Amino acid sequence: MSNDPTEKKRFGWLRSKDKAAEVETAAAAEPVEQPVAEIVAPLETSDAPEPVAPKKRSFFQRLKSGLARSSSSLSEGITGIFTKAKLDARTLEELEDLLIMTDLGVETVTGITAKLAKDRFDKEISSQEIKQFVADEITRVLDPLAKPFEVNPSYKPHVVLMVGVNGTGKTTTLGKMAAREIASGHKVMIAACDTFRAAATEQLKVWGERAGAPVISAAPGADAAGLAFDALKQARDESVDVLFIDTAGRLQNKTELMAELEKIIRVIKKQDETAPHSVLLVLDATTGQNALSQVEVFKAVTDVSGLVMTKLDGTARGGILVAVAAKYGLPLHAIGVGEDIDDFQPFEAAAFSAALVGLDGLDGGINLDAIEVSV
Amino acid sequence: MFETLSDRLNGVLNALTRRGSLSEADVAAALREVRVALLEADVALPVVKTFVDAVRERAVGAEVLRSVQPGQMVIKIVHDELVQMLGGEIDPAQPLLNLNVAPPAVVLMAGLQGSGKTTSTAKLGLRLTKRENKKVLMASLDVRRPAAQEQLRILGADTGVATLPVIEGQMPVTIARRAVEAAKLGGYDIVILDTAGRVTVDEALMQEVADVAAETNPVETLLVADSLTGQDAVKTAEAFNARLNLTGIVLTRADGDGRGGAALSMRQVTGAPIKFLGVGEKMDAIEAFDASRIANRILDMGDVVSLVEKAAESIDVEKAEKIAAKMKKGTFDLEDLAEQLRQMRRLGGMKSIMGMLPGMGKMKKQAGGLDMDDKVLIHQEAIISSMTPDERARPKLLNASRKKRIAKGAGVQVQDVNKLIKMHRQMADMMKKMGKSGMKGLFGGAGGAMPDMGALQGMDPQNALGQMPDLSKLTGPAGGLPKGMGGLPGLGGPGLPGLPGTKKK
Repeated sequence: MSNDPTEKKRFGWLRSKDKAAEVETAAAAEPVEQPVAEIVAPLETSDAPEPVAPKKRSFFQRLKSGLARSSSSLSEGITGIFTKAKLDARTLEELEDLLIMTDLGVETVTGITAKLAKDRFDKEISSQEIKQFVADEITRVLDPLAKPFEVNPSYKPHVVLMVGVNGTGKTTTLGKMAAREIASGHKVMIAACDTFRAAATEQLKVWGERAGAPVISAAPGADAAGLAFDALKQARDESVDVLFIDTAGRLQNKTELMAELEKIIRVIKKQDETAPHSVLLVLDATTGQNALSQVEVFKAVTDVSGLVMTKLDGTARGGILVAVAAKYGLPLHAIGVGEDIDDFQPFEAAAFSAALVGLDGLDGGINLDAIEVSV
Repeated sequence: MFETLSDRLNGVLNALTRRGSLSEADVAAALREVRVALLEADVALPVVKTFVDAVRERAVGAEVLRSVQPGQMVIKIVHDELVQMLGGEIDPAQPLLNLNVAPPAVVLMAGLQGSGKTTSTAKLGLRLTKRENKKVLMASLDVRRPAAQEQLRILGADTGVATLPVIEGQMPVTIARRAVEAAKLGGYDIVILDTAGRVTVDEALMQEVADVAAETNPVETLLVADSLTGQDAVKTAEAFNARLNLTGIVLTRADGDGRGGAALSMRQVTGAPIKFLGVGEKMDAIEAFDASRIANRILDMGDVVSLVEKAAESIDVEKAEKIAAKMKKGTFDLEDLAEQLRQMRRLGGMKSIMGMLPGMGKMKKQAGGLDMDDKVLIHQEAIISSMTPDERARPKLLNASRKKRIAKGAGVQVQDVNKLIKMHRQMADMMKKMGKSGMKGLFGGAGGAMPDMGALQGMDPQNALGQMPDLSKLTGPAGGLPKGMGGLPGLGGPGLPGLPGTKKK
């Protein structure tokens, strides 16, 4: 019996609910992972300087640990239900429930479980198989869409417009992307077209400094479209390779704000008919089914060319991305897994879905085969 | 928020209402639908299960099957359980925030990145300053996100709420201590501490916010959460609740088209009530949260109380009384109409008013996504502004050439001017008529009721479509206001708080 306190915390909310009781007991019975990521806090942190301890871990490790954290509870849940059991209606229903908790959405989930039922109903099935099945299904949907963001050198500059709802992480993502492009030898310019939110420009300037890119800005409340126009002009004059344009966050149901976004694009097109060459919609992994509506509306207004999903370093699993991908078929460029300049990773379908259902085992903790043998 | 959920639930429940008797199977089938509707609205699964079980238990029991109108009974049960899930009825005697301590009272704001903490801090600061006459000091402890402290400073400057001067390089706990010190010295009533966004798995940061809480001993610790959050809502709420003694939740972006599942989940999980809703980009766009009203809105029973409250706050009572007096005398001129239009806009425009009226969700739907355009109000105001004072007082003066001039001045077509005049005439006629029959009761003392609102309310949803032609005029550049709405803002007399609401269909 494991008494890992972190595990208890994670399951605390399940524990209170009767239905999940068997899931929880099964999960608790396993010799559970020791998540490396859960660094023990310094005990006397009165004024400790930012204790971001795992600086030395490689980027890949950090991504994995980020995703693994978000997937481990689902993983344990599935293992709990399916450790050597016949696939019956009740277990299917519980699988459905677990998948729903990843924000996959009812439709996607019923699709997956129906397929599983068709193949394997009333047959012996192990948790490993079930995870593999689910992960494969998700990978099948996502894989054709995983396309890293690439600058097209034939555009001078390649104009990238960042759009999304408030607080999804547009500015942070832009900062990380700018740093990447500079690292790969491109000449980058940033336009701070969020003239609405207080200190948005200042925030972007800090990112520009970190990345080493000039930031074109205007006074607060200035016309965002006019600023975009000026920035593009300057970028063309200075033959910049990539121009990143940050925009203010807006809820997709605010018609007037969406019209403002349309105006920015219209104005950009006055100089370059082909621009913006990329419109990146930034989605927050904690967002639920509303992401579908976000994609639909932003796509209609701005012709979104690709998606970035942020905040996958928390407990959210970002399952809604699967529903979004299935419905809109938009390229998935990258994921954000932290606040550092290099916490940014091209989207990999297999890694994402494996992490979503807890197949990766790369975190040093989860070893499913071992778990199954021991149960 | 809540509209789609509302549609789904109403679809399911309406099917029930039509039946004379209900079998257990009927209820079970309806509840399956309810379950999916809630899940699609991002209500967390454990919460959905508890909810559905609770409804089933009551619905299958004798309470429903033997009642005269079983369908209605089920709706009532769903409503009651929704209210329960959202946190029960609000006790009006209890203040929203417990600030009854030796000043300064510390309010701690915490949440994930991008949930809206800084904006909510500033909104709350302004609200407490304006409505409760408190002296508020705001301090940003966010030393991680670039320019976060600067953001709060600017918001403070914009709203006129004091912020703690930023000292570069200080750590959160030190800033918090300094804020409380400064508040004591400066005689502030309240200190609001805005913290950095953090993921709940970041142990070091979670410890940091716990340290801040330990240091400052806040009377209110508010979790700021995005209402667009999915299933993660419960985990986030739980994680913060485990480290901080949460006393309430601020739900942001409630003006989005999310289905509000997070709202339904969080209270259940943390036991902490939802206290405020962030409902817009402006600094005054924060509302007190009332479970029963939200439940009403979800079940499309309207939210007249909210509307009235908002009206009471934004309508200039003196002017409204004057207009009411004029109506009584039947001398309601265009100047008065312009004032009404202005007051209406202050209420947040058509969309926001319509959203709060019972049955409107359905009507909007039937009109095929009718977009209430507030430009109509602005245009109508412009038309009136383009008239001379004489014309405003005596609309009869308006002949063809005058109308042409006015249309030019307001940048509209002559027919728009005509429409406005016609609307004014209809309103004035109506007022006169009402003035004769029972006007006294309408505007005097406690019994203040809006006749037209009453009509809207009593409207059978099935017949709602019949009313649509009136509404659809709104989409034109300067169409008439629906008759029911015209009289609305002017009614802000002393009788306001006693408005319909209770006289439900």
